[in-house]
Amino acid sequence: MNQVNILETAPVFQLKGSMLALTILELSSSDLDSLDEQLAEKVEQAPQFFKDAPIILALDKCTIGADTLDLARLLSICRTHGLHPLALRTENPEHLSAAEQLDLAVMPPSGARERPLVIEAPVEPSVIPAKIITQPVRSGQQIYAKNTDLIIMAAVSAGAELLADGNIHVYGPLRGRALAGINGNLEARIFCQQLGAEMLSIAGQYKVAEDLRRDPLWGKATQTYLNEQQLNISAL
Amino acid sequence: MSKIIVVTSGKGGVGKTTTSAAIGTGLALRGHRTVIVDFDVGLRNLDLIMGCERRVVYDFVNVINGDATLNQALIKDKRLENLYILAASQTRDKDALTQEGVEKVLTELAEQFEYVICDSPAGIEKGAHLAMYLADAAIVVTNPEVSSVRDSDRMLGLLSSKSKRAEDGREPISEHLLLTRYSPERVARGEMLSVEDVEEILSIQMIGVIPESQAVLKASNQGVPVILDDESDAGQAYSDAVDRLLGKEVAHRFLEVQKKGFLQRMFGGKE
Repeated sequence: MNQVNILETAPVFQLKGSMLALTILELSSSDLDSLDEQLAEKVEQAPQFFKDAPIILALDKCTIGADTLDLARLLSICRTHGLHPLALRTENPEHLSAAEQLDLAVMPPSGARERPLVIEAPVEPSVIPAKIITQPVRSGQQIYAKNTDLIIMAAVSAGAELLADGNIHVYGPLRGRALAGINGNLEARIFCQQLGAEMLSIAGQYKVAEDLRRDPLWGKATQTYLNEQQLNISAL
Repeated sequence: MSKIIVVTSGKGGVGKTTTSAAIGTGLALRGHRTVIVDFDVGLRNLDLIMGCERRVVYDFVNVINGDATLNQALIKDKRLENLYILAASQTRDKDALTQEGVEKVLTELAEQFEYVICDSPAGIEKGAHLAMYLADAAIVVTNPEVSSVRDSDRMLGLLSSKSKRAEDGREPISEHLLLTRYSPERVARGEMLSVEDVEEILSIQMIGVIPESQAVLKASNQGVPVILDDESDAGQAYSDAVDRLLGKEVAHRFLEVQKKGFLQRMFGGKE
């Protein structure tokens, strides 16, 4: 009996105050067609910024046609472009009832400091050089090439593991395991000068030595790639 | 400039202690002041192979703990004045070894001796790790057999990554392979891995091939390192290996099937 009481009174949640930085989409007019076009342009310039971004819709600065604003359509336009409106910032009583119907929170305009947001065009990702290993990879060693290709210029012993987000090249006999495209890169390939692997895997699709052994190219120079969810081995 | 050589393998029972005894003795025979240290705490047998088990008073763990000085624990070999042995403890186990203690003892030994041979225990845990940690060179003993080759491969990986030299970013431990219990007849029959097979799998240079020999068991039981039996094939092969270790170019012997003449087949028994 006592135990049940204790369980019932243990706190399940806590309320905490916080200051979160949020982006505000300030509407200056209710011309939703133009909004749709202009938002589309902005999203094209910097897609990463807009993807699943939480925003506050500020309607209090809307001077043109504030009363005829179709709130439901506004929300749907925002969502189409990947934005998540969390709340409205408005004092207009008409907006308040519409918000309630759409189950959206309302925030009063505050004196909080706002600054203009500059969205920079995304920087071209610089080339991540491939990971190059020139010593034999011994049994029990594990090499991981993150976000790039792996190049081994020596033998890979049985019991060794090679992992890469990109391709794997072995300029020598491959006797261990090779797992390419481990973050889901279906285009990744595995190249080796002598196929003797314990296991080959591309983006999770794998074959063990038991099956690889029966391939006519076992022991030869091969490249392995994914074709419609199947591992294909062809001669180099 | 002294050199610390670890004799290791990963796999047990391949011939590490036999090799440590033979190579240590071979170096001393050629005039170098040498000490052989047994790292196999709890399962000590270097003193048995060297024939000095009746003279062990203090051991490696005693020196680490400060119960005895290094000079009290070192055992002088009866046959060669350049050769000393530091036995392991039989009553303790590997947890009695500490990295600081081992470093202190090996540094002191390196001041007194030209060559410090560390006889590693089998496995890849603490005892084996401490034996190889301060090494300058390693002799990886391998049998021409799949599990031994796989374990040696693992040990080679550890030598290049877990030693003090690797941690400090200095030149890595120089690795040498020693193939033991080799039988050319069985290789010819396809039962055993050949020298070329092992060299291909492990990608390191062979420092010696010791043939399977009855002389090894005889030598162990008599407490005489097999290299001193200079009529036996194993003893001669070890002698060649020591020469290669010292930089001499020596052709490999005992790799070919010995063709027995008619008379040998009639009257000669097995070697």
